[in-house]
Amino acid sequence: MTIDLAFVWAGIIAFAVLAYVILDGFDLGIGILFPAIKNPQDRDTAIDSIAPVWDGNETWLVLGGGGLFAVFPLAYAVVLPALYMPITLMLLALVFRGVAFEFRHRTVRGRRFWDGAFAGGSMVAALCQGIALGALVQGIHIEGRAYAGGWWDWLTPFSILTGLALVAGYALLGATWLISKTQDDLQARCFRWALPLGAAMLAFIVAVSLATPLLNPVYAERWFAWPAVLYAAPVPLLVAAVSLAFWRAIRRRAERLPFLLALALFLLSYIGLGISLYPHIVPPSLTIWDAAAPESSLKFLLAGGAVLLPIILAYTGYAYWVFRGKVTPGSGYHH
Amino acid sequence: MPDLFDALMLARFQFAFVITFHIVFPAFSIGLASYLAVLEGLWLWTGRDVYLRVFRYWLKIFALVFGMGVVSGVVLSYQIGTNWGPYADRTGPILGPLMGYEVLTAFFLEAGFLGVMLFGMNRVGRGLHFFATTMVAVGTLISAFWILSANSWMQTPAGYEIAPNGQFVPVDWWAAVFNPSFPYRLAHMVLAAYLTTALVVGAVGAWHLLRDRENAAARTMFSMAMWMAALVAPVQIVVGDFHGLNTLKHQPAKIAAMEGHFETHRGAPLILFGLPDMEAETTRYAIEIPKLGSLILTHEWDGELKGLKEWPRQDRPNATIVFWSFRIMVGIGVLMVMLGLWSLFGRWRSTLYATPWLHRFAVAMGPSGFIAVIAGWVTTEVGRQPWTVYGLMRTSESVSPIATPAVATSLATFAVVYFAVFGAGVFYLLRLMRRPPSVDEPAPTPAPDVAKPALAGGAVGRLATEEPAP
Repeated sequence: MTIDLAFVWAGIIAFAVLAYVILDGFDLGIGILFPAIKNPQDRDTAIDSIAPVWDGNETWLVLGGGGLFAVFPLAYAVVLPALYMPITLMLLALVFRGVAFEFRHRTVRGRRFWDGAFAGGSMVAALCQGIALGALVQGIHIEGRAYAGGWWDWLTPFSILTGLALVAGYALLGATWLISKTQDDLQARCFRWALPLGAAMLAFIVAVSLATPLLNPVYAERWFAWPAVLYAAPVPLLVAAVSLAFWRAIRRRAERLPFLLALALFLLSYIGLGISLYPHIVPPSLTIWDAAAPESSLKFLLAGGAVLLPIILAYTGYAYWVFRGKVTPGSGYHH
Repeated sequence: MPDLFDALMLARFQFAFVITFHIVFPAFSIGLASYLAVLEGLWLWTGRDVYLRVFRYWLKIFALVFGMGVVSGVVLSYQIGTNWGPYADRTGPILGPLMGYEVLTAFFLEAGFLGVMLFGMNRVGRGLHFFATTMVAVGTLISAFWILSANSWMQTPAGYEIAPNGQFVPVDWWAAVFNPSFPYRLAHMVLAAYLTTALVVGAVGAWHLLRDRENAAARTMFSMAMWMAALVAPVQIVVGDFHGLNTLKHQPAKIAAMEGHFETHRGAPLILFGLPDMEAETTRYAIEIPKLGSLILTHEWDGELKGLKEWPRQDRPNATIVFWSFRIMVGIGVLMVMLGLWSLFGRWRSTLYATPWLHRFAVAMGPSGFIAVIAGWVTTEVGRQPWTVYGLMRTSESVSPIATPAVATSLATFAVVYFAVFGAGVFYLLRLMRRPPSVDEPAPTPAPDVAKPALAGGAVGRLATEEPAP
């Protein structure tokens, strides 16, 4: 029996992208909520809750990009030029928000500016990531082995929809993260935000789900053809169940459950996306096997990846565990 | 002469711009991470408070530098795809796994332990904290290993075959990773990072000694930095010489450009200064020392050195640039050796902390490591042109089919954002460095968290004041 290395790697890359989305999702989400957090002490608390982990969270984005370059170089080579504008804008936005973590502690006069950079950078990065996803799903025009579309092809109503959806989703992750990590006033405010954000996320899930099958008949077939419908149908049902559980968790002021349920919503949306796309990595023309690197490359990186990824997950878990529990005012990095 | 404003030139400017900004931060953080690990280790070993004070002083600076390195590095991991798509497609099977290993073995390690290093001293106890600092330092070195292997493969490709679809396919990973120029380049860059850091640390120590020559922490910084300069700068010159000989073997056109030689000579002169003119194929205003060029590079008075005319015009690197960038790097290296010798003399005469002119020289040399690193990279990267994969894939074949206005817009935006953001960052760094290292150097971490008792018990909470056990 031979192992389908391209399939294994598609799974690993999918895992890395999901890890990125949920991990950097909640810390970008805190940036998106930042303009609504007015009290300076609450702002410090919100930042302190992510300061020790944001860098590790963003590393999954580098693994997603670097991994794609390594194992699906053709996909990397055509997707990034196609998404030139949203990706470049996202990178610049990440520069602003990334440096703000340190810079805001280095200045008194300039703190408002760097807080603005943190909020604006987080929002633009989230929007661009959502736009990039939408632009990928709607399809990328390839001729030979290169991108053959224009530099505005990514901008459509559908990609704007997915962009806004991701902003809402990240804000939901951020709010529920803060519910689990904070107390008192800030936590109470996050509880108030959680329901409208949850409703917005659900509305976006419905809207994107309805729009996706209309983009391409292949997507419709993957959802509605027999027997695909058997494994596709539970996804929307589970979304409904998780949403209901989320509503009840917020109503009874559960502290950890809302974040986990928000993660479940992301996971289900991600599975839904997988059902639409698989086995394509760059719709409509490239499958994972078309884009895969030669076997010697896939094997070489898999040998190390199989050992290293569990170790990475272990010490990343350890880092989260060291900083577990509620963040209290003044427990951060001030001097 | 290619049009300066076509999409290819703009994409090259953009890559050169974002990578030049980026390399400054890793060059500093590789050295600083190792320095912090040494300081914390010395503190744990000797129990001398001054090491903890110096450690805390530089930890705050490290946090700032590392953050800027991360954000400017994320840009690069996507830049290869956005602007160099065809290059990414063809080299991905070899360079992709090397960078993939960099992420898996280095970036996660650094990021995973950075939080504990910066914020965790009250939460994990001394031993684990030292372990975290060491892991961050090791991570920076592993990162250097993989990225320099990838760069070296572009310079001296090995262990590959070319598939019908144009991709470079790995056939021998060992040969690809340890390609012919890699060991020299790795040694040269890691030493450069250590020297760069030593010169910054030395400059900050010297700056504060000029104001207060009794400041114990400033003395420690200055002394440790001057040992590095005295010991490592001469070693760096030897390693650089080996690197040059390796380049002569594998990329003789780059050497011809660095030396400003257009004609092939037996017993070639060493051109000290001049102005290589690519159009006229001559080096103007040359000041030469007869035969020395051949002696240095071939170790024979009459050894043959190839000139640029051996290669067709479209295969020549730009000698005007690399001739000068090489001399800037070498000149700074010589100044570093002089600083190291002067400090040894001061140590011998017991005037190391009492020689203001030595301290002024050290302050002036503070930024020199960065200039040398950038000049060195300009030499090797411009000298690699017109190829991305040396002799196999041209830069002009590597660029993404992106509309010129799109690249022009992104380049202009990168320039504005980088100068603003990293300009502010350098300003904050200088402000931190201007503050003298004080006796009660504030801890980067606060009193233990009341809501969560520290794990390792009460001992760690007293870290800031307690004298460690002998």
